[in-house]
Parts: sequence; structure tokens; C-alpha cells
Amino acid sequence: MLSIKNLHAGIEGKEILKGIDLEIKAGEVHAIMGPNGSGKSTLSSVLAGRTAYNVTEGEVRFNGKDLLEMSPEDRAREGLFLAFQYPVEIPGVSTINFLKTAINEVRAYKNLPPMEAKDFLKLMKEKQALVELTTSLANRSVNEGFSGGEKKRNEVFQMAMLEPTLAILDETDSGLDIDALKIVANGVNKLRSKNRSFVVITHYQRLLDYIVPDFVHILYNGKIVKSGTKELAIEMESKGYDWIKKESAEA
Amino acid sequence: MNVIEKIPPTEKLVAEFQKVKGSLIGFSALREKAISEFERLGIPNRKNEEWKYSDASALFKNELQVGKLGSMNVQKKDIEKFLIPNLNASVVVLVNGIYSEEQSALKNIPKGVVVSSFAKAITEKSEIVSTHFSKYANITGDAFVALNTAFATDGVFISIPDNTIVETPVHIINIISTQEPSLLQPRFLFIIGNNSELKIVESFDAINSNTKNVCNSVAEISIGKKSKVQYYKLQNDCSGVHLISSVNVHQQKDSHFDTNTVTLNGDWVRNNLNIVPDAEHCETHLNGLFITRGNQHVDNHTLVDHRKPNCESNQLYKGILDGKSVGVFNGKIFVRRDAQKTNAYQSSKNILLSDDATINTKPQLEIYADDVKCSHGSTTGQLNEEAMFYLRSRGLGEESAKNLLLFAYAGDVIEKIQIESLKIYLEELVNQRLKK
Repeated sequence: MLSIKNLHAGIEGKEILKGIDLEIKAGEVHAIMGPNGSGKSTLSSVLAGRTAYNVTEGEVRFNGKDLLEMSPEDRAREGLFLAFQYPVEIPGVSTINFLKTAINEVRAYKNLPPMEAKDFLKLMKEKQALVELTTSLANRSVNEGFSGGEKKRNEVFQMAMLEPTLAILDETDSGLDIDALKIVANGVNKLRSKNRSFVVITHYQRLLDYIVPDFVHILYNGKIVKSGTKELAIEMESKGYDWIKKESAEA
Repeated sequence: MNVIEKIPPTEKLVAEFQKVKGSLIGFSALREKAISEFERLGIPNRKNEEWKYSDASALFKNELQVGKLGSMNVQKKDIEKFLIPNLNASVVVLVNGIYSEEQSALKNIPKGVVVSSFAKAITEKSEIVSTHFSKYANITGDAFVALNTAFATDGVFISIPDNTIVETPVHIINIISTQEPSLLQPRFLFIIGNNSELKIVESFDAINSNTKNVCNSVAEISIGKKSKVQYYKLQNDCSGVHLISSVNVHQQKDSHFDTNTVTLNGDWVRNNLNIVPDAEHCETHLNGLFITRGNQHVDNHTLVDHRKPNCESNQLYKGILDGKSVGVFNGKIFVRRDAQKTNAYQSSKNILLSDDATINTKPQLEIYADDVKCSHGSTTGQLNEEAMFYLRSRGLGEESAKNLLLFAYAGDVIEKIQIESLKIYLEELVNQRLKK
């Protein structure tokens, strides 16, 4: 589904990703862990198409297509979804209007007719329940005045609405208390399927207790320095990142 | 090479006044005074601080006809397209500044309320007209007010007695329709008694209009105690027209004045809004939205002169500028020594969509009282990149993401409109305008 080969990328002339290789197959959940500044958020930004980042080397293929050539909207229309670490507040744009436009533009890309209003509302109701998001929140402007937890739930709600094939969760656990974390993780788990893959980017192992990954990768200094299964995350938690830093300094 | 001696436009207009003054009805002394003020002030150019960014003299480089106007063959069906859908309103039509009895249709006018042509009011309501005419619009400080006052012959007169609510809005349609380059000068006088209400919608609409036409309108609004006036100005169907407008409002105790100026078209537009809350506990809300493109020039000048204590004024002006268009916002607030406990707020926000668009924004607060709350803010920027990326990352194309954000941005101003059908109409106009 997603194939990253020797990806080098940076911002304002500074190289942050220094050769990432990653293969993700349909239905798999990959966790990417790493200390601050290791390049976790750069990776999600590059995959989603944030223009401030420059790719200097390497390639990314998404379902066989060159992902890096696509505009952010075409990546979304092809089935990529990024749950933002810091979802932006957009006053004056209603969540309903925004999602209706998004869904219909994705449908138009796939040569499907616009969704009927009543089907859309039914879908909204169903998906809101998934993350226990109240109707009043969905009726408000996008993320405006939302608490940290509500913003993250709104991200997962949007993911559920757009039904991507690959979802990237960028530090979705940051700023969440344990109850909010459970709700968000629960929502994500309900969306897991054999056709949908996840990249879960996190600093802490805690989230992975609730969203159990198939694979865990440790990102350090712009490279994946270790890969393994969920046990690696537990090992990381007990040993801390200093262990990795030391090991890669010695190498 | 032929050398044609050009008479400067100010002198030409003064000479024109001398020629026609015998035919102007009423106020002969005032008119003489006004024309001499006009002559003294002259048509303002960039050297005049108030016109620094808007060179009005450029509009008068062409020979403009005054008075004798050409094409006035405006049909009912021409007017229909300027009606606002679902707005149940009294419709007053001015064609080139002249009140058209034939095209106008008044509705639900309560007893004692007068809605008529200004020309008719000069003769039939001379007492009340002379009490208020030229009392709020200053001929000594503004050349265009002076010019309009000297020539003022027609326009709209409204008077409302005490304790009278005019539920049905009055929609004034200013039709500009002359092929000969002309100077049109409608005059408006609205006198609202105590404890009464009025809603005005004014639109400027061009039909086969010469692109050199200048419409110089002056309105005076006197609002009695505890009265409420809403005044909406819509400049949309007026491509190719030059508009200069001066709205002068005098507020008495406990009165409210809410206004919203929406400019979507018009080649060159200058809106002056001068408000005097002249007694305690007045409320004033001034809102404006302008969306410009091409070579459009839109200038909004506001002045709120707080003279008495315990009043509140709020201003929100927003601009979206594209192409090589130029926007100006100049907001002056005076808080005089007696005006303690004044709350005065002003905000001017602008988005530039192109590198060639320009906005000049200048807040001017002059505060002479010590116990007041006043603030102003001015921002100019581009579209929020982070919001654009967020929307696009959900599958919205660049255009629709941009439209959604701009519509939300403009929506802040439109939201303040209190007539539902007008609000819906404007939302639709703004939406269409942003898509182009």
C-alpha cells in the first residue's frame, strides 16, 4: 500500500529525514516512535504534502502511484488521511459544510455523484457516535473553541467520515487525558480493517496499549534505527530513548 | 497641434451653478454659501489629507453634464432585477437622482409617515425640511457635500413621527443610466422622531451607464430619542460607476444606529460615514465589507464623534482585495472631554489575494476624556496557510478551500445584517463573487 524508499527531506535547507525506508501493507498498523526532533512530524507532513517541506531524495509510492507528485487534496482523494497533531481552528466554517464539501470532492474525483443530504446526515450521526462526539460540536465551526480532547476526537470523526485506506495519526495522544485517549483509541480500533492501514506516530508507548501495532519502528536523527513488533515499544518505554541515542552514537 | 484651453473642473462646476441657480427651488442663500465653500475647497486631490489615497480630481478630468440628463427610459423590467428576493419592502426608485413616482411602490406605510421625493418635500414640507436640511452634512469641510448641497434638487425624503415603527424596510434603488458622462447628485433626508424605527436598504445599480459617470450622494439622518435605524448600503450592480457618498447621522439620547456597507462592484467608490452620537446612551454599529478585483478602488472613511457620556460604538470593516485593486479604510473616533464612559471599538481586517493589490488602513483615535474604553486593531494578511492545508488535506481543492475560508471571513460582517432575506441575498452574492 505504502512504500517509502530512501526518503530524504527537510525544511528551509535543513535536512531532517535522512533516508527512510518503510513498507506498509494493507491492514497493517505501524507505530513510529522517537524522541523529540527525530523527524516524526516531518515524516507525516511530507506524506500529507505540506509545501514547506522539500523532498531532496527518494520516493514514496501509494497504491503504486507516485505520492510526492500529488497535491495534498489528491492524496486525500486517493485515500490518505492525516490526523493532525495540532488541528487548526477555522472560525466561520461549519464542520458540516466542510465535511460535505470534502466528501463530495472526493466522490467527484472517483466519478461518483454527490452524496444525498439525508445519507450524509445519517453517516454523520453514525460516525459521531464512534468517538462520542456530540451533535452540537459537529454543528460548530471547525475545531473552534474545542478542547484538546475534542479536537482529537474530531480528527478521528473526520477520518471515519472520509474512510481512508491509509491513516496517519500524528501524536494523536499528545495532550489527552486517559479517558479521552481511550475514546480516541477506541474509535481508531473500530476503524481497523483488512483494507485499512495505520501509521501511528507517538512519543510515548502509552497509546500503543490501546492501539496495538503490528510493527514498531524507532526513528532517530532522521532514520529508522530499529524495527520490531509491539514488544519493542515496551522495551523502549523501560529503557528510554537514551539507549537508542547511545547505541546510534556508537555505531 | 490644437491647444484647447481647459477650464479646471471646480470652476466649471461653479459656472454651471451660476447658470442654473435661478431654476433651483428653495434655499437660495444656503446654495450660494455652499457653492462658495465648494469653490474655496475645490475638488480634492491627493494633497488633501482626507483624500490622500483617493484622488477624486481624476474623476472630474472628463466633461460631466450636470442637470440635463440623457437616457431616462428605464422600464419596470429593468428595475425588477435589482429587487432583493423575498425582501418585502417599499421600493423607491431614483433614476439618475430623480425620484420616479411611476417606478416606486410604497407598502405598509404607517399613518403620519412621509416617504416622498425630496423635490416635493422642499415645497410641501418646507418647514421640517428647512429645520434639518444641511444641519448634519457639513458644507464647510467637505467639497462634495458642498457641491451636492448647492445643486440639491431631488432624492428621497422620509419623516417619521414619534412612536411609530416602520416594519417594512424601504429599499431605495439608485438607478444610474446615462450615456452622456454625467454628475448625478441625489439628496436624502430622513427624520425619525422619538421612539420610532426605520430600516433602509440602499442600492446603486447601473443600466447602460457611461463609465465616466459620477454619482455624488449625500444623506442626512436625524434619529430621535430611543429610536432605532438600520441602514444598509449595497454597491453591487454598479460596475463602471464612480460613487462618492456621504452619510451623516445625528443621534439623540438612547438611540441606535446600525449600518452595513457592502461593496462588491463599482470602479471607484468613496463612502464617508459621519456619525454624531450627540446625547447619552447612544449605540452605533458600523460594519463594512468590500471585495475588490481588477482596478477597483474602494475607500471607506468613518468618523464617530462622541460628544456625550455613556455611549458605545463598534466598527468592523473587512476587505478582500484581488488583482490590482486598492482599498482604503480610515476610521476616526473622537471622544470629547465630556464623553466619559465611552466604549469605542474599531477593527479593520484585510486579506490581500494578489501581490498587486493594496490596502491603506488608518485608525485615528483622538481621546480627550479620561474614563473611557477605546481600542482599535488593524490586520492585513494572506489566507491562513495552515487552514488552507487542513482543508486540502481532507480532499478540498485549492479553489473550494479558498472560497470556504473567504466566505467564512466575509461572513462575520454579513452576519450582522438584521434583515434575514437581505442577509441570505448577500451571502449568495458574496458566494458567487468569490467563485469568479
